[in-house]
Amino acid sequence: MSDTHSESIAFVRDTEIPPAPPPMAEAGAVKWLRENLFAGVFNSILTVLAFIALFYLMSGFLPWLFGGAWNTANIRECREVIQGSGGCFSVLTDRWNQLLFGIAYPSEAYWRPTLAFVMLFVAIAPVLFNNLPRQMLIFTGLYPFIAFWLIWGGTILIPLVALAGFVVGYFIFSALTKQSFAMALGGAVVGALVTWWLGGFVSQAMADVLALEQVPSRNMGGFMLNMILGVVCVSLSLPIGIVLALGRQSSMPIIKWICVVFIEFVRGVPLITLLFVANVVLAYFLPPGTNFDLILRVIIMITLFASAYIAEVIRGGLAALPRGQYEAADSLGLDYAQAMQLIILPQALKISIPGIVNVAVGLFKDTTLVSIISMFDLVGMIRGPILSSTDWNGVYWELWGFAALLFFVVCYAISQYSQWLERKLQTGHR
Amino acid sequence: MTTMTDPPRQSFRLSMLLNDTRYRSYTFQFIALVVLAGIVAVLANNLVVNLAAAGLNISYEFLANPAGYDINQTLIPYTSQSSNLQAAWVGILNTLLVAFLGCLFATILGVIAGVLRLSKNWLVAKLMSLYVEAFRNVPVLIWILIINTIVVTMPSPRAYRGDAATHEMLFGVIAYTNRGVYIPAPTFGPGSMIVVATFIASIIGIFAYRRYAKNLLFNTGKLLPTLWPSIALFFVPTLLMYFIMGMPIGADIPALTGFNFQGGIQIQRPLIALWLALSIYTGAFIAENVRAGILAINKGQTEAAASLGLRPGRIMNLVVLPQALRVIIPPLISNYLNITKNSSLAIAVGYADITATLGGITLNQTGRAIECVLLLMLFYLIISLLISFFMNIYNRSVSLKER
Repeated sequence: MSDTHSESIAFVRDTEIPPAPPPMAEAGAVKWLRENLFAGVFNSILTVLAFIALFYLMSGFLPWLFGGAWNTANIRECREVIQGSGGCFSVLTDRWNQLLFGIAYPSEAYWRPTLAFVMLFVAIAPVLFNNLPRQMLIFTGLYPFIAFWLIWGGTILIPLVALAGFVVGYFIFSALTKQSFAMALGGAVVGALVTWWLGGFVSQAMADVLALEQVPSRNMGGFMLNMILGVVCVSLSLPIGIVLALGRQSSMPIIKWICVVFIEFVRGVPLITLLFVANVVLAYFLPPGTNFDLILRVIIMITLFASAYIAEVIRGGLAALPRGQYEAADSLGLDYAQAMQLIILPQALKISIPGIVNVAVGLFKDTTLVSIISMFDLVGMIRGPILSSTDWNGVYWELWGFAALLFFVVCYAISQYSQWLERKLQTGHR
Repeated sequence: MTTMTDPPRQSFRLSMLLNDTRYRSYTFQFIALVVLAGIVAVLANNLVVNLAAAGLNISYEFLANPAGYDINQTLIPYTSQSSNLQAAWVGILNTLLVAFLGCLFATILGVIAGVLRLSKNWLVAKLMSLYVEAFRNVPVLIWILIINTIVVTMPSPRAYRGDAATHEMLFGVIAYTNRGVYIPAPTFGPGSMIVVATFIASIIGIFAYRRYAKNLLFNTGKLLPTLWPSIALFFVPTLLMYFIMGMPIGADIPALTGFNFQGGIQIQRPLIALWLALSIYTGAFIAENVRAGILAINKGQTEAAASLGLRPGRIMNLVVLPQALRVIIPPLISNYLNITKNSSLAIAVGYADITATLGGITLNQTGRAIECVLLLMLFYLIISLLISFFMNIYNRSVSLKER
């Protein structure tokens, strides 16, 4: 057998041929170009068109960006320097403080909102990333009070009293929650109110303990105002949204219909009409003699607006949970509050995180609408004091580009986080 | 004879209102109702006291009074002597106009961008994601103001005048100026109605033919061509009738007379800015919906269709699109709703929509804040509820019939 076989084979290679390089057209950059840019006639045409479009964009954009003037005092001086093609970015170096902090925030206190902004990242980090030490959440809890003190100023006793109210409420709640959830909640609210009432006297009596220079709300402006509105309204609307979503799912018809009417009403009207309400109508419904400032009224309305949208997102999460989860909680003998806290909400909230983030991004973008009721946020600042000043009248692109860039950075970062979280939370399906 | 099988009937105790699940829900609902009534009563009381203090009352008589202001773009007859109600109607129609135009353009833009973002062409896909991300992550108000700036910096009508004209009309018929865009208006001569009727009839004919072809295919398996006959039906009868009737439909081309263009249809600057901004902004969202819809279709569906021997065009038409549309349409309609609601930002560029007329000038001139804002909310609420009503009907009709 073996010899006949050896007869038929004239030559047996005993060394391996070195692998030949792939053909030119099937390797490296050429292959990539062929597959991704010039696969077929139609694709090639598209590529050429895209290149032309890109060229036109860049030929306008790049000279504008790199040929710009960065330190001139006003638009006339700037136009002399740039001679036609560049941008007048000196408006940004000249007015950066107004764009970021508004027109009336005391300049020697800029470090306070800046510090609050930096601390925001520390406070929000343990909420966003699960693997950070849980003790950081304590700082998250303290953050609202610190930030209030830093941004608005005044004595530290006011936020301390507010904090004390919450602490008292928490202790009453955890002491009573074993007996009845409703009783614990009621007790906590009463305890907190009493603490605030008593603390009010203390903070009034000692108004200059560790007092920072007080800044009234109407002096807030610029991008800081957008950040304040965005952060405050999103965080306030989350608990309200959860309550509304649970109410809409409830089996009690009256509670259900109150929630349905509220949610559908708020979702049916544009935010701008709610801001009109805050601006001109809400004052009629408040007790005579009280005078809420505009920023507080706006926060109330935007919070209501956001909570209706968040409620719908969470309702989606609740509906997406399999019925077995509800039944399992029932069969363990948990009551409604326990079942929600321990079984339903943790899962439902996890499902609804991407939706909540979407609402948050949308809400943050919508904070620019306050410029229409003549508040000086970033957009209001640009449209009002800066574009109408004689120094910078006519510098559109640089200002709008800057505003768009600020919002883009924040919103893009948040949406990237949401996508990362979505990938991380995808446990086991598919 | 008494039976002892019934358990001893428990007498009702007050604590059962809180502890017995049979009664507890009534307690909670009662509390909720009382709290709600209390809040409403306090608010209503405050309202009455505040109104009395300011010497005001709630009345809608101002709607019949002359508005006293001019509106630059109106779809119905309006002068400054017309009533506030008429001004509100102008605003409503303007809102609906910009919302309709915006939905139309946003859909076209969104579908193209969404499909191109899935393209295998690397450059095109990247450019489209740049478009989507740039527009989705920047507030619509900023986009409206940016596009308004672009329109404001367009050439003034003067640039078209005389020998030293620096700009020419697009195709010789469209003029774009900082006052707005002027496009030719159709003029209807005698007999033009017949041409229009022919056109409508041929459109109906196209649908009838396609339905006939589909039925024939399903019943007998015989395949008729549809694309070329449709195109032919679209153009041929109308053009024939147009020449037979002696070309009755003409175009009123805008022409420069004096300092401005006359004739044609003028689309005012604010409308252009708002329309473009809303549609490009919402187009980015629609692009994402379209992309998600197409990606949601399992690859197995495409492969199964291919293994049945269908050609790529038919796979798209018969297998992928019907399933993708079920995913795309609900968010699409909520985007339409967003366009309608975002059109209230018209006030930022001076377009006279309902928010700018009723909620802006009328409110400021009459001081009837509560009434104006209430009517304004009512209008948007009705629009939203109508749209979501139709969306629910649609959803029910396309939802998978499961047992």
